[in-house]
Amino acid sequence: MSLRGTVRAFPTLLRVGFADAVAYRAEMLVWVLATTMPLVMLALWVAVAQGAPIGRYGEPQFVAYFLATFVVRQLTGSWSFYEMNFEVRAGTLAMRLLRPIHPLWAYAAESLAAMPMRVLVSIPVAAIALAVVGRDVVTHDPVLWALWLASLVGAWLLTLFVNLAIGCLSLFIESSMKLMDLWLVFFFVLGGYLVPVDLFPPGVRAVVDWLPFRYQIGLPVELMTGLHGPAHALSLLARQWMWIAIALGATSMTWRLGLRRFAAYGG
Amino acid sequence: MIRVRGLSKHYRVHERPPGVSAAFRSLFHRTYKTVAAVDGIDFDIAAGERVGFLGPNGAGKTTTLKVLAGLLHPTAGEARVDGHEPRKREDAFLKKIMLVLGQKQQLLWDLPPSETFELNRAIYEVPRAQYDATMRELGELLELGDLVNKPARTLSLGERMKCELAAALVHRPRVLFLDEPTIGLDVSMQAAVRDFVRRYNERFEATLILTSHYMEDVQRLCPRVIVIDKGKLVYDGALDDLVTQIRPDKRVKLRFARPVDAVELATYGRVVASDPGESVLDVHKDAVNRVVTQALAQLPVTDLTVENPPLEEVMSELFSRGGDRGGSPAAGRPVDDPPGDKAP
Repeated sequence: MSLRGTVRAFPTLLRVGFADAVAYRAEMLVWVLATTMPLVMLALWVAVAQGAPIGRYGEPQFVAYFLATFVVRQLTGSWSFYEMNFEVRAGTLAMRLLRPIHPLWAYAAESLAAMPMRVLVSIPVAAIALAVVGRDVVTHDPVLWALWLASLVGAWLLTLFVNLAIGCLSLFIESSMKLMDLWLVFFFVLGGYLVPVDLFPPGVRAVVDWLPFRYQIGLPVELMTGLHGPAHALSLLARQWMWIAIALGATSMTWRLGLRRFAAYGG
Repeated sequence: MIRVRGLSKHYRVHERPPGVSAAFRSLFHRTYKTVAAVDGIDFDIAAGERVGFLGPNGAGKTTTLKVLAGLLHPTAGEARVDGHEPRKREDAFLKKIMLVLGQKQQLLWDLPPSETFELNRAIYEVPRAQYDATMRELGELLELGDLVNKPARTLSLGERMKCELAAALVHRPRVLFLDEPTIGLDVSMQAAVRDFVRRYNERFEATLILTSHYMEDVQRLCPRVIVIDKGKLVYDGALDDLVTQIRPDKRVKLRFARPVDAVELATYGRVVASDPGESVLDVHKDAVNRVVTQALAQLPVTDLTVENPPLEEVMSELFSRGGDRGGSPAAGRPVDDPPGDKAP
């Protein structure tokens, strides 16, 4: 489908995707709330910080950081990998391939369509965060907020492309579930999901700066909580978008090559 | 409309004997074999034709359809559908075709079928007026009623298949590949689906390729059949000719006023079944007139019917011949059997 056609079809894809996402309202809510790891880490780090601040993090900073992590995770999450991995193994990817729209657009639309429900959950958490720790723990700089928005979009795109690229690998090895598990381990440990990246030793931090994991979640959280000045934020943002370009290239290549090996099992 | 030349699709399959030690060994040393699912087949199908693909399980029927629908890349050979190379999956091609897989669904499971129809309307860029007209027509032909507003998961198998067909036809495809569209349906629903498919073909002059294990589907819908066995084309021609060549007998069913001895019946033809009041004979087609006349004159016949032998038996006989299926396909006869070989 041409780009124009895709753009025209996109509102319907989003509308139907949203209807599908909320078909099981209770399940959806539980699923969203199940992303509670940042809240667990919040409790843990606040307890640790009670004696003395760790680095620049006192109790309010930890509360702000992990509530921001919860919100950013809701707004940038993508689970397209699991859908794709299943569809390749079951052969149901065939039904997507029959339609004149690139399946990767369809996965992107389904991922986006779940967003309104996630925003609904995130708003109260953000409100609670502001009420508990005050407005001072988030940045007041409008430039940083603009950069935050760019990093938020970037984090979603990077997470989506990583999901799709690893999903495409299942076209080669039938199931890439373990690869995704491995990626998630690095994402949790090095992405700022369990530990703020600036608490790492300088040597590790220098390496993490050049890896993709931090740009999936850590960067928007850091910008939201005012950890960087505009210049450094821009430099990190450039690295994030470099990784987006790499992930897009990897997705495109693995899709093109993998499709030749698609066996369309069953039926 | 469809042109296939030397088409092959081979799979590389990992082989492993059962058992823990074999599983452990396979971690370090894997053995593979190449399976020729489709092995150098040729055929042409004209626009508007209804063609049945027949063959035992694993013969390569569905694989051929998937290659023609652009889902699989062929290992060798050429396939063209209305001038398009299916593996390229161009938009113009995808908008002309549809593959309905009886064992897979495109309906969104948790939503009413109307949502899938609407999604397809947007994706296939069907103008609203044409969409409304098509859905009205499909709704009447398939008697969809309010089925379209119930979540797909709550529909019965037959209701779901009706909606699957409607979803597949929103964009009025010119080429329709149907893979086991009546599988699992009850007899009346099978008849309804068959009737609908025939009317769609006639109404839109769509080209139709059908695979089905229900021979009734093929008999009722397809004047022409292509038979594939072990990936090779073994017959391409009229269904009636296939039946005549493989089984040149007619099946004569007789009902009697009083019991007739099976030994006596054997003088009229080969006795397939014999009950006290009813018998079935296979009689060579050239002798049918004579045998029927004699039976009516000499036996206490109350009812008599003459028909072709069941297609299931014909296919079973064709496949049980086995042997080397090599050689180039020839239209209208089994590929490995020269014409005339089947004379009694």
